[in-house]
Amino acid sequence: MGKTDKKDYSEYAVVMEKIVKRFPGVLANDHVDLFVKKGEIHAIVGENGAGKTTLMNQLYGLLNSDSGKIYINGEEVKIKNPNDAIKAKIGMVHQHFMLVDRLSVVENIVLGMEPVYGPFFARDKARKQISELSQKFGLFVEPDAIIEDLPVGIQQRVEIIKVLYRGAEILILDEPTAVLTPQETDELFKILGALKAQGKTIIFITHKLHEVMAITDSVTVMQLGKVTGVVKTSDTNPRALARMMVGREVLLRVEKGEAKIGKKILRVENLHVNENRGLEAVKGLDFSVNQGEIVGIAGVAGNGQTELIEAITGLRKVEEGQVIFKGIDATNFSPKRRRDMGMGHIPEDRLKHGLVAAFPLYYNFILGKHDDPRFCDGEFLKISDIKKFSNALVKRFDVRPPLINLLGANLSGGNQQKVIVAREFSFNPDFMAISQPTRGLDIGAIEFIHKSIISMRDQGVGVLLVSMELEEIFSLSDRILVMYEGQIMGEVTPQETTTEEVGLMMAGHKLEDLRAQEA
Amino acid sequence: MNGLKKFYMNDKIVVPVFAVITSLFIAAIVMIMIGKNPLMAYGALIFGAFGTKGALINNLMKTTPLILTGLSVGLGFRAGLFNIGANGQLIIGALLSTYVGSKMIAYPFYLSIPLMLVTGMIGGALWAAIAGWLKVARGAHEVITTIMLNYIAVFIANYVVNGPFQAPGGVPKSPEIAYSARLPILATSGATWLSAGIFVALAAVVVVYILVEKTKLGYEVKAVGFNPYAAEYGGISIGKNVVMAMAISGALAGLAGTMQVMGVYYRYLGALGGSMGFDGITIALIGQNDPIGIAFAAFLISSIRAGSNQMQIAGVSKNIVIIIQGIIIFLVAANRLVKTFMFWKRKEVEGA
Ligand SMILES: Nc1ncnc2c1ncn2[C@@H]1O[C@H](COP(=O)(O)OP(=O)(O)OP(=O)(O)O)[C@@H](O)[C@H]1O
Ligand SMILES: [Mg+2]
Repeated sequence: MGKTDKKDYSEYAVVMEKIVKRFPGVLANDHVDLFVKKGEIHAIVGENGAGKTTLMNQLYGLLNSDSGKIYINGEEVKIKNPNDAIKAKIGMVHQHFMLVDRLSVVENIVLGMEPVYGPFFARDKARKQISELSQKFGLFVEPDAIIEDLPVGIQQRVEIIKVLYRGAEILILDEPTAVLTPQETDELFKILGALKAQGKTIIFITHKLHEVMAITDSVTVMQLGKVTGVVKTSDTNPRALARMMVGREVLLRVEKGEAKIGKKILRVENLHVNENRGLEAVKGLDFSVNQGEIVGIAGVAGNGQTELIEAITGLRKVEEGQVIFKGIDATNFSPKRRRDMGMGHIPEDRLKHGLVAAFPLYYNFILGKHDDPRFCDGEFLKISDIKKFSNALVKRFDVRPPLINLLGANLSGGNQQKVIVAREFSFNPDFMAISQPTRGLDIGAIEFIHKSIISMRDQGVGVLLVSMELEEIFSLSDRILVMYEGQIMGEVTPQETTTEEVGLMMAGHKLEDLRAQEA
Repeated sequence: MNGLKKFYMNDKIVVPVFAVITSLFIAAIVMIMIGKNPLMAYGALIFGAFGTKGALINNLMKTTPLILTGLSVGLGFRAGLFNIGANGQLIIGALLSTYVGSKMIAYPFYLSIPLMLVTGMIGGALWAAIAGWLKVARGAHEVITTIMLNYIAVFIANYVVNGPFQAPGGVPKSPEIAYSARLPILATSGATWLSAGIFVALAAVVVVYILVEKTKLGYEVKAVGFNPYAAEYGGISIGKNVVMAMAISGALAGLAGTMQVMGVYYRYLGALGGSMGFDGITIALIGQNDPIGIAFAAFLISSIRAGSNQMQIAGVSKNIVIIIQGIIIFLVAANRLVKTFMFWKRKEVEGA
């Protein structure tokens, strides 16, 4: 090896060279090259399962490459585990949070690097350091809250503070905005801007192309384990990026016809529900959903939407009021009974409720209907029928890789979501409670799922849709209810309202007050 | 697809096999350090476990209840439950079945044998279900409640065989069961014999395998064990499955005790359970909670124990066996360590 071979990568914070990573049956990274300049915000985009997370996990030492090299600030480094990565000042916020549910915010953030007085944990010191950090970057969190009591949006903030606490100079954010509201996303972008201004380098994975356009400097596009394009953000546009990612034209907006409204299928009366800590989260809601319509619930995360959906689907106790399903008072029915009556549910947290990660896909595909005669004969599971059914779903919903023996945990985030959506759709429900259906999905998959939701509606299914994505609410809903602090601020239709008006309601203004002001 | 299969094999077979080989190796080093010849010691161990007909009979006889307690604990683990109460369940099962067996004098074997089997299982099941119910209704952790139930079972048994259900002669043991309730003897050698209990244990392996892998109940129990939130979301009752899993786990432990009665002692004795309930934990760990793995693990543990006496005679302390067992458990429990180690090895091989 002559000296001339030595490459000069000194202008790059991160270079990954010819990275190969193979999983059983899948080539997740096929000679991937990634170049990230110092101080820039670099986007990685690509379809679900393209290998983005896998690539970043190698940079962070969670996975070891089969081959390839990594250079940090021009120097070749070997990153065998996250400790090596932290030493190289790399921090990562994962697509699925890696927090200890039972510990408090402070404990999670300092975990492994606790400030101490001699042998004792210096809780007050930790708390002070953290409140300084959160003030500096505008990331407010309640330091003593227990993680499992916090909504996903807040857990995300904890993750970001955790990385900053470890002194990261290079931040990897794997789909950070998938769980944030538009407002929170704006906040995050401000923070990222501030971090960039301080010279930090940021690698940002997202499926939302407008975000790529808004804050990044350059983009690497991946498809099926390979890099298919590297462009400067200023030289491209969402349409072109979409084409590079999917290899075809994508509809960025769904088309839908008039709703054919049928009978009332779900009615909620004076509903009161508590959150985990026993505080009231849903404060006396009244509304109904009819067959053949999509009712969207807009709101900032943590305003009672999670509790509302859990109460409707039977996962959470109703304190007061009623859930009437198909004319029957189902308030105290078990989740099973509601399912058997024709209620489907796409849950907000796919790894907590939606999947058994340690089950193979074919088991996950029947979760909730495992005792249906299609899948079991008396006490015995019809394994070969279940596999046939699963294979059909994998094909129809384009789950990648299409291997039904794979464990749920081994799918990429977007493909896990496809499994859940596929399952719930396949059960032919009459009513469907849907929470964040496209969180973490690529644009092609979003298009597919939006079309599927609309076709369900057209077949007469009543849909209750909770989403933090205003765009999703606007493009799918026939009616929109806006929730704020457990109450409904107003009901509007997408035609007669504006995002501004809904945004104001989400911030706690009642519709009647807004309309009165206008008049 | 092929790769996938290999991956599965890695976890379930390679880890325990690796653990056993490593532990034998480490124990050999210990023996060298204390000035003993490991080859000779292992020779004696193997001879003691399989060398003679008597040794093999003794070994298989001891394997029988260990398979059952291993299955008991392993099934609990599958449901996310840590059943430390196999000992108590075994005692209650043995006691109840002995009582029924002692009343069977006038019955033919085709009634008395099944009746004893069933009462033994019901006894263990009910005893364990108490812990399951306490967990569901009161949130009491099964580790605590099963340990407490173990004590209660021991005291009940001591009282019963010293009083209302004592054999004549003032010794703390129960009367004998009916001849018709004794299991057929497959082979004898000197004072030891092997009963058909080994077939009962092997049948239990098959039944548990089918239960876990092929039935609705197995599906539900595993879902609750892996992710109770998702199970609840999927309409699976956590409470029902916790109680069920505990009951089945207890039934297997009760069956272990019943095998000791029907195949070995023909009556209830305080010592009949020994430490089998706790051995079940070891065996379930080594067998990776897999029914077939558990059968092998039970045979392994029984073999090294059976062989240890011969080792002692050959002049090497039988406590070496405890070292071996400890290292196996450590390596299996710390399976990440083993997997990481093997992963490096593989990479080196591929890289070369
Ligand atoms: N531990 C694993 N075992 C087996 N296969 C895996 C494992 N982790 C990832 N894969 C596979 O590797 C491929 C790449 O997955 P990865 O999670 O990197 O995708 P991604 O680009 O992050 O997708 P998404 O946008 O859905 O998060 C997928 O096909 C996935 O199923
Ligand atoms: Mg990913």
